[in-house]
Amino acid sequence: MPFYEHTLIARPDLTSQQAQSLGETIAQLIADQGGKVTKTEYWGLRNLAYRIKKNRKGHYLHFNIDAPAAAIMELERTERINEDVLRYLTVRVDKLDDGPSPVMVAKASRDERSRRDREVRGERENKGERDEPRHEDQV
Amino acid sequence: MTEELESGEAGGERRRPVEPPTITIRRPFFRRRKASPFAHPEAPKIDYKDVKLLQRFISERGKIVPRRITAVTAKEQRALALAIKRARELALLPFVAR
Repeated sequence: MPFYEHTLIARPDLTSQQAQSLGETIAQLIADQGGKVTKTEYWGLRNLAYRIKKNRKGHYLHFNIDAPAAAIMELERTERINEDVLRYLTVRVDKLDDGPSPVMVAKASRDERSRRDREVRGERENKGERDEPRHEDQV
Repeated sequence: MTEELESGEAGGERRRPVEPPTITIRRPFFRRRKASPFAHPEAPKIDYKDVKLLQRFISERGKIVPRRITAVTAKEQRALALAIKRARELALLPFVAR
C-alpha cells in the first residue's frame, strides 16, 4: 500500500481534546478502509500565516498513513463535509518518517527554552536583583 | 602622540599599526562560487514541514529567493519551490507577507 503524509487544520474554537479526538476518528476511518495510521502528531494551536475562513489560528494534526488510495479518497471526502476542518493536505511519500517531524522538534526546543528562561528569571527574582535599565545609545 | 594616548586608555592592549592593504589585482569581478547549503553531508532534508529551514529561502515579502542568490543547485531549488508551495497551502508560510 502506498504511504501518505496527511496534515489538516481544524477550527480554532475546538478544544485541544476535541481536535485530538478528531484525529482518532480519522484513524478509525482509515482502519475501516483497510489502512493504518502509523503516526499521529498534534502540533497544537498554531498561528496561521494568513486568514482561512476568517480564522487566524488553527489546530494542526499530522498523520502518517499506510492505506490504499480509496481510503484517502474517502478521508478527503469526509473532510470536505466536516465543517471543523479548515484545510487538509495529503502528500504521497516514498517512505514514512517515524521520528518527530521538524515542527515537533522546533516546538520541543521552544518549550525547553521557555522553561529555562522562566527558571533563570525565577532565580534572579529570588536573589532580589533587578535588571539594570539599558542605555543602548551609550554602548 | 595620539597612539600613546589611545594605548593608555585601552589599558595595556596595544592596537596593531594598520598595514597598508596588499591587493593583488588579478581577476577583477571574480567571485568564487559559493557552495550549496545542502552540499553538507549532515544538511537537513528539504521538507515542507520544516518552516524554519524554508524561511531562509523566501524574501521578507514571502517570495521565493532565486538560486543565483542562495547558491542552491537546480535540483534543490525545484524541491525547495515545491516545499515552499506546500507550506503555503498549509498556512505555515505566507503567500504575501505584510
